[in-house]
Amino acid sequence: MELSDRDLALVSAIGDGLPLVERPYLAIGEAVGMSEIEVIARIQAMKEAGIIRRFGIIVRHHELGFRANAMSVWDIPDDKVSEIGRRLGDSPEVTLCYRRPRRLPDWPYNLFCMVHGRDRPGVEQAIKDLIQRHGLDGHGHAVLFSTRRFKQTGARYGRRKAAE
Amino acid sequence: MDKLDRHLLNDFQRDFPLVPHPYAALGEQLGMSEAEVIGRLAHLSDQGSVSRVGAVFRPHTVGGSTLAAMAVPPADLERVAALVSSYAEVNHNYQREHRLNLWFVVTAPSPEAVGAVLADISARAGLEVLDLPLLEHFHIDLGFDLKWS
Repeated sequence: MELSDRDLALVSAIGDGLPLVERPYLAIGEAVGMSEIEVIARIQAMKEAGIIRRFGIIVRHHELGFRANAMSVWDIPDDKVSEIGRRLGDSPEVTLCYRRPRRLPDWPYNLFCMVHGRDRPGVEQAIKDLIQRHGLDGHGHAVLFSTRRFKQTGARYGRRKAAE
Repeated sequence: MDKLDRHLLNDFQRDFPLVPHPYAALGEQLGMSEAEVIGRLAHLSDQGSVSRVGAVFRPHTVGGSTLAAMAVPPADLERVAALVSSYAEVNHNYQREHRLNLWFVVTAPSPEAVGAVLADISARAGLEVLDLPLLEHFHIDLGFDLKWS
């Protein structure tokens, strides 16, 4: 699916979320010059094309009591990383799982998993379980707990507003 | 936060209704009015439990994004973190336990614009920025199970 300029305007308009009004798609449409029906149809099309991976209420983990989060990283041989990544990505403990490049010598890890939990011991245990279940013992590994959140907002794409 | 709030937060993280009155559709499932759903969501947003009602986009299909990391001398962390957070293109910015102690996500309309933000931060902070773009993603995003049941 190719995104048209109109789609990009819509993507930008929903970047801050739907307004909390009775007819939110109508309100978004008014902002970008589309009918309510067209807004709904284009969001549906972007969902079906996989451009929108999820459409719904987006919660903030930290405020809901999931105060511990760790970025758990591994150095996995390139020919194995996709297969192991798929298995880790399917694990219930893992909220995000990505392959990213190594940056030697500073950063030798190529597989990144986020694990969220209510407290640090819970997250540590979840990571131990992952290592055991997926036979990851022999691979280079680090766990980077977050100690402070300076900023967390929704991703902004498309045309940017001057101020946030 | 009561049981209905918990259902609102947990049950509609995906497949939010694409109908003219979506909040009324939620209300029908939860046994409350459209106005009550809107009121509760407004309250949960004010509290910070709800970030927004909206879309999670597949990375790299709309604009560009990357994960970036910096090794900031501890005495400078406050200043550099504030500098990084000041960019509208930065949407997550965390301190983590590692020599690379500041981690942030940059999203922008194009990969070139992402690169320009990283270069600008690096120049203004006087520190190297590691660029760790996504190469492959493995997780199917079904939302976040709040495990309240």
